[in-house]
Amino acid sequence: MDKIPDNRAWWLVLPVFLLVAFSALVPLMTVVNYSVQDIFGPGQAYYVGTEWFKEVLTDQRLQDSLIRQFAFSGAVLLIQIPLGIGVALMMPKSGIKGSLCLILVAIPLLIPWNVVGTIWQIFARGDIGLFGWAVNQAGIDYNYTGDTVDAWLTVLLMDVWHWTPLVALLCYSGLRAIPEAFYQAAEIDRASKWAVFRYIQLPRLKSVLIIAVLLRFMDSFMIYIEPFVLTGGGPGSSTTFLSQTLTTMAIGQFDLGRAAAFSLIYFLIVLLISWLFFTAITHADKEK
Amino acid sequence: MAEIQLKSLAHSYSANPSGPGDYAIRQLDHVWHKGGAYALLGPSGCGKSTMLNIISGLVQPSEGEVLFDGKRVNELSPRDRNIAQVFQFPVVYDSMTVFENLAFPLKNNKVPAAKIKTRVQEIAEVLEIEDKLHKKAKNLTADEKQKVSMGRGLVREDVSAILFDEPLTVIDPQLKWKLRRKLKQIHEQFDITMVYVTHDQLEASTFADRIAVMFDGQVVQFGTPTELFEAPNHTFVGYFIGSPGMNILEVERCQGGVRFDSTELRLEPWQSEILGGMKSDNLKIGIRPEFIEISPVMSDDTYAAEVRDVEDLGTYKIVTVKLGEQQMKVRQSEEFDAGIGSQVNLLFPGQWLMLYVDEFLVQEQQ
Amino acid sequence: MRQTGYKNIGITIYILLLLTPVYWLLNMSFKTNREILGGLTLWPQNFTFDNYAVIFTDPSWYNGYLNSMAYVSINVVITLLVALPAAYAFSRYKFLGDKHLFFWLLSNRMAPPAVFLLPFFQLYSSIGLFDTHIAVALAHCLFNVPLAVWILEGFMKGVPREYDEMAYIDGYSFPKFFIKVFLPMIRSGIGVTAFFAFMFSWVELLLARTLTSVDAQPIGAIMTRTIGASGIDWGVLAAAGVLTIIPGLLVIWFVRNHVAKGFALGRV
Repeated sequence: MDKIPDNRAWWLVLPVFLLVAFSALVPLMTVVNYSVQDIFGPGQAYYVGTEWFKEVLTDQRLQDSLIRQFAFSGAVLLIQIPLGIGVALMMPKSGIKGSLCLILVAIPLLIPWNVVGTIWQIFARGDIGLFGWAVNQAGIDYNYTGDTVDAWLTVLLMDVWHWTPLVALLCYSGLRAIPEAFYQAAEIDRASKWAVFRYIQLPRLKSVLIIAVLLRFMDSFMIYIEPFVLTGGGPGSSTTFLSQTLTTMAIGQFDLGRAAAFSLIYFLIVLLISWLFFTAITHADKEK
Repeated sequence: MAEIQLKSLAHSYSANPSGPGDYAIRQLDHVWHKGGAYALLGPSGCGKSTMLNIISGLVQPSEGEVLFDGKRVNELSPRDRNIAQVFQFPVVYDSMTVFENLAFPLKNNKVPAAKIKTRVQEIAEVLEIEDKLHKKAKNLTADEKQKVSMGRGLVREDVSAILFDEPLTVIDPQLKWKLRRKLKQIHEQFDITMVYVTHDQLEASTFADRIAVMFDGQVVQFGTPTELFEAPNHTFVGYFIGSPGMNILEVERCQGGVRFDSTELRLEPWQSEILGGMKSDNLKIGIRPEFIEISPVMSDDTYAAEVRDVEDLGTYKIVTVKLGEQQMKVRQSEEFDAGIGSQVNLLFPGQWLMLYVDEFLVQEQQ
Repeated sequence: MRQTGYKNIGITIYILLLLTPVYWLLNMSFKTNREILGGLTLWPQNFTFDNYAVIFTDPSWYNGYLNSMAYVSINVVITLLVALPAAYAFSRYKFLGDKHLFFWLLSNRMAPPAVFLLPFFQLYSSIGLFDTHIAVALAHCLFNVPLAVWILEGFMKGVPREYDEMAYIDGYSFPKFFIKVFLPMIRSGIGVTAFFAFMFSWVELLLARTLTSVDAQPIGAIMTRTIGASGIDWGVLAAAGVLTIIPGLLVIWFVRNHVAKGFALGRV
C-alpha cells in the first residue's frame, strides 16, 4: 500500500515520541553522562573521557560473563527454535482441542519471571523437587546449587520451559495462516511430509521465525530475574549473565562510571546483533 | 489412465444430516470412461466441486463408493490415487521458481532429473511460459500463476485422470479461449481422462465431448452438447443450457393433451399414452425459443399471441410474446419486423414439444 | 490418520511436561511446611488452605497483588492510548523521519532493563514519583509502547485504505471514523496488543522492584520476604506463586479466540 506523504502525521506520533523520549532519552543521557565522569559524591564529579570504556573492555570478569552470555543465547536459539516449530506442527488445527492446547502452552509465558525462578528453584531441588529427585533416583548425581554444569543446564532447561511456548505460538499462528489449498495441492502433487514442511510450511513461517529469533535473542541476552532467583548467579559465577554483572556493579558496588560505560556497550551489542540477524535474514531472501 | 465410477454416492458436510437439504451430493451414479474429455456443468453450489474432491480423494464421501477401473479407492489418499487436480484459484509454491514448481510433482514421483527437464520444458512450451521458467513464482501475475498451477497438473504422464475445477476463473477472456484450446489439444495428444468443472456452458461445450449437468446434488443429464440442447432430460437442463433457456410452462391435463389458461396444446400420441399411465400432477411443457415458428397465416395448429418485446442481438432477434397469461421467448431472424403490440401466429412443431413429469422428460419408448 | 495419532501423543506429552513444574508448585501450596520438608509426596497428604489464608488475611501480602494489578492496568491503558494513533500514522502516512523514528522506537525494546535501572531510579525520585504505581507503569511503557506500535501497525496495514476514504466520503470526522469504523476492524489486533502489554508488564520485576519500596511494591518483591529467620516458608511461597499465575490465565482465556491470528502480530 502506498503511503500518503503528510507531515501532520507527526501529531499522531507525538504522544508516543514524548512518552518514550521521557522514559528512554533522559535516562540514556544520564548513563552517557556517568560513563564519562568519575563521581565521588554529590557535586564531586570529574571528566574522565573514555577511561571507563577502556577499563570495561579489558575487564576479565566482564569478558567472561559476555562469553557465558553468548553461549547461553546461542544454546537458547538452537534448542527453542526447532522445538517450537515442532510443537506448533503437532498442535491441533482448530476446535476446542486447539483452543485448549493454545491456552495450556501459553501458561509459562504468563508467570512472573521471579515465580518462574521460584518454580524451578523448588522443582529442581534434590530433596523437595520432583525433577531433582527423579534425576537423582535415575542414578545421576545432580545438584544445581553445587555443580557448575548442573546449574548451567538447569538455567537452560528453565529457559527452554519458559520460552519455547512463545516460539511455538508464533509458529502456530504462522501455520494457521497457510490456506488449506496449499496442503491440498501438495497432496495432489504427491509431496512427502518432509517436502510439505520444507517447501510449503517453512517458507511461509519465515516472517514469524524472524520475529521469534529476534525476540528470543534479545530477551535471552537480557535475562536476569530467573537465574538470579534460581541460582543467584552461582555456583561461583557460572550462571552470572551480563544483566546480573551490570546490576551488581551499579547497585551492589555503586561503581557508577564503570557500570554506565558497560551499559552503553551492552546496549550497543544487543542493537548490533539484532540488526545483523535482521539484515542477514532479509538479505538472504532478496538474493534469490 | 483409468475409468472412474461413482456408485450410489452421497455426501453431506454436516456430521448428522437431518434431511435432503443437508446433502451436497445425493444418490449419484456415474461413470467417466477412460480417455474421455468431460465437462461437469452446473450452477454454483450444486455440488460439482464436492464431486471433484471426492474423485481426487480430498473429500471422503459419506456414502457410496468410488471405483477406479473397478477397484474401490475410497480409503486411498489423493497421493495413492495418482490423480492430478487444478484448482479454481492458483496455488503456486512461492518459494520456488516456475521450473521447480513444475518439476515438483515429478520430483515427488522420483522421476530421473533428465526426464524432468525435458518434460517440464515440453509443458512450459505448451503453456507458453518457457521464458519464465527461472522466475520466482511469487513474482508472477495471476494468470501466469494459474498457468503454472495447470502445468503442475499436466506435467505427470502416468496419472489416472486430470480434474479441473473452474481453472480459468482468474484468466481474462481472450486467453481463456486459447487455454481451453490448449487443454483440448493436450487431451488429444496425450489421451488422458479429463474432467472439467465449470458453470459456463460455452466453456463446457468447447472443451468436452460429453457434458454432465449437475443440479441440486445430482447428475440430471449426461450427454453430448447436441443432446443437451435438443432433448433436455430435466427442466433444469432446459433452463440452464441455451441462451435464452427453454420456455417452460406449467400445464394441466385435458382432453387430447395439456392445457394452460385457456390454451390447449396437442401432444404426440405416444406422449399422451405415457402421460395416461402416470399419476403426478406436476406437469410441464418445454420448448426452446429456437424451435418455435411464427407462421404468416392463421390455421388450426397456430396460436395467436401478442408481441411484448423485441430484443435485437445483432445476428438474430429474441421476441417476447404473450400467449394467454404466459410469456415466452421466440428466436427469430433479423428479418422479423412485427412491432410491439401486434399479433403473431405461433406454431409449436410436435417433435420439439417436450413433456416433463416431475421435472423429468417423458421419452418415447424404443 | 496414523499421523494425527502420533501428533496427539506428541503434543500431549509436551503439555504434560510443561505443566509438571506448575503442578508441583500447586501441589506444594496445599501442603504444610512439615510435609514439604519431610519427604517427597506426589500429592498433599494433609490438604491445607493455611498457606492461602496467610496471604488473604495479611494486607502486606494481598496489597502486593493489588499494587501489581494497579500498575499493570495503568500501563495497558497508557500503552493503548498512545500507541493506537501512532500506529495509524505509521501505517498510513509518510512523514519526516518516519523510518528513523520507527527504528528508534523498536531499539528501546532491545534495551536491557538493567541498563536503565539506576537512571530510572534517579529520574523518578527527582520528580517525586518514586514508589507510585504510575512510575512503574511509565517505566514499563519503555518496552511496551514500541512493541504495541509495532504490533498494531502490522494489523492496521492489513486494512485497505479504501475504508478510510469511504468513511470520509460518508461524512465521518476523523475521530469518529477512527473510533466507530477503524478500531472495530482491528479488534483482534487490539486484543492481542493488550494481551502482550499485560503480559510483559505483569511478568517484569527488575524495574518494578527498583522503583518501589512500600506503597507500590509488586507481589514479586514481597515474595522474597518468605525467607525468614527460620528459613524459607515454602508453603506460602508456593501459594503466592500460584496466585500470580491466575490473572494471566484469565487474560488469555478472554483473548483465546484472537490468539491464533494475533500471535503472528499481523505479519503473515
